[in-house]
Amino acid sequence: MQDFAESFSLAFQLIFSADADLAEIVLLSLKVSLSATMCACMIGMSLGAAIAIFRFPGRGVLLVLTNALMGLPPVVVGLAIYMLLSNAGPFGTFQLLYSPTAMIIAQTVLVTPIATALTRQVIADLHTEYDEQLRSLALGPFATLTTLLWDGRFSLITVALAGFGRAVAEVGAVIIVGGNINHVTRVMTTAIALETSKGDLALALALGLILIGISISVNAALMALKGTARRFAYE
Amino acid sequence: MKHLKSTLGGLALAAMLALTATGNAVAADKFITLQSTTSTQNSGLFDYMLPIFSKKTGIEVRVVAVGTGQALKNARNGDGDVLFVHAKPAEEKFVAEGFGVSRQDVMFNDFVIVGPAADPAKVGGMKDAPAALKMIADAKAAFASRGDDSGTHKKEKRLWKAAGVDADASSGSWYRETGSGMGATLNAAVGMGAYALTDRATWISFKNKGNFKIQVEGDKVLFNQYGVILVNPAKHPVVKKELGQSFIDWVTGDEGQKTINSYKLNGQQLFFANAS
Repeated sequence: MQDFAESFSLAFQLIFSADADLAEIVLLSLKVSLSATMCACMIGMSLGAAIAIFRFPGRGVLLVLTNALMGLPPVVVGLAIYMLLSNAGPFGTFQLLYSPTAMIIAQTVLVTPIATALTRQVIADLHTEYDEQLRSLALGPFATLTTLLWDGRFSLITVALAGFGRAVAEVGAVIIVGGNINHVTRVMTTAIALETSKGDLALALALGLILIGISISVNAALMALKGTARRFAYE
Repeated sequence: MKHLKSTLGGLALAAMLALTATGNAVAADKFITLQSTTSTQNSGLFDYMLPIFSKKTGIEVRVVAVGTGQALKNARNGDGDVLFVHAKPAEEKFVAEGFGVSRQDVMFNDFVIVGPAADPAKVGGMKDAPAALKMIADAKAAFASRGDDSGTHKKEKRLWKAAGVDADASSGSWYRETGSGMGATLNAAVGMGAYALTDRATWISFKNKGNFKIQVEGDKVLFNQYGVILVNPAKHPVVKKELGQSFIDWVTGDEGQKTINSYKLNGQQLFFANAS
């Protein structure tokens, strides 16, 4: 129990001393995971909406695949991206390994199936509800897709949050493709893994508490945005 | 509706600004990637030594700290400019196969066997490491192995061989392979009261010792040599030959060697420079 109390006080000390190293790690965590979530949402939301609305060959397979890939193990994604970006791999010439970009790519791969599968569910439900109305307006397929995405925007914020949660919490992928290099690719989760391996469990847990705090702040910010947006939308 | 769009736009813009601002902090073109081991990183040696080198030469050293096995594999793929590891036979093989230019000794320390204060196998104070391992095996006392093909793991396997014990046959019972780094293995060992082989530097800097202490030390076979290798630019043209070589020259030269010897933790010297 002593470790827990020590961790809480350490976490507060770290936050209030505005530790420069900690700030750098926190900002990189946010940068990588927010960028990855953004990329994954752009791909996943279009794809998910398309699967929800259109009927095309291979749709069933795609549906099962995206649902299954929600459980993609981060370490496998990390390994695959490492092999692709390695100097011995096909994309080695881009020199992306051990860079934040590599970490964004890995997390995008992790989050895209989540964004796709959850968006599909949201849009499919809306589509059933609006089907007749959309038909009566004689909207084309593309207009239907954008209308439904716009109308589902509040639910889609939750989809984005689920994706962000997955990205910011994973360590398996970023530690392989990023290398946990101090001042370059060290993020919250890899810093926690490092402190744990040093046996500094109190500091590791303190960093974990801060990570949870960040997650709560991001969620609260988006929820507030959602509330404001809803008020404007129905004014 | 217009309000919403401008609010969203403003937020997006603010986010972008925040992101680009942090991006600049990591921009530095003169850097090398050093594939190294967790023991050198966790002991704090790099945090102490590398800023001195960087200040002098303007070359930033980016350390990827993994097990020696993985470091060698990464370097084989050309993902790194310099190797700084501790498994001499594997390093010599790496150079012989043409993946490294040449290998130089840098420093040494030693391995120790740590265990719970209760010492169930009664090996405390012994010097003969293989004999101690034999006693641990005979007592079926728990032993936590790295099991990850790292330098420490390779050394441990040689010790079991010298002890005449087929530890792998008992894997899952008293012999437990964690398959992870030195620190994680020590955490596991302390958690289950198991003996473990660790390098002295990691042990001294390790903070979760519980009631554990060094039980076996001082055997000549526990010697732990670190070497440095430039990854062969002939195999991988992306290797930064000049920058990598200047790091090797520094770390095996007077200043680097002195720096290694001057690094102390809790008053104890962790590594002993021995470049020729």
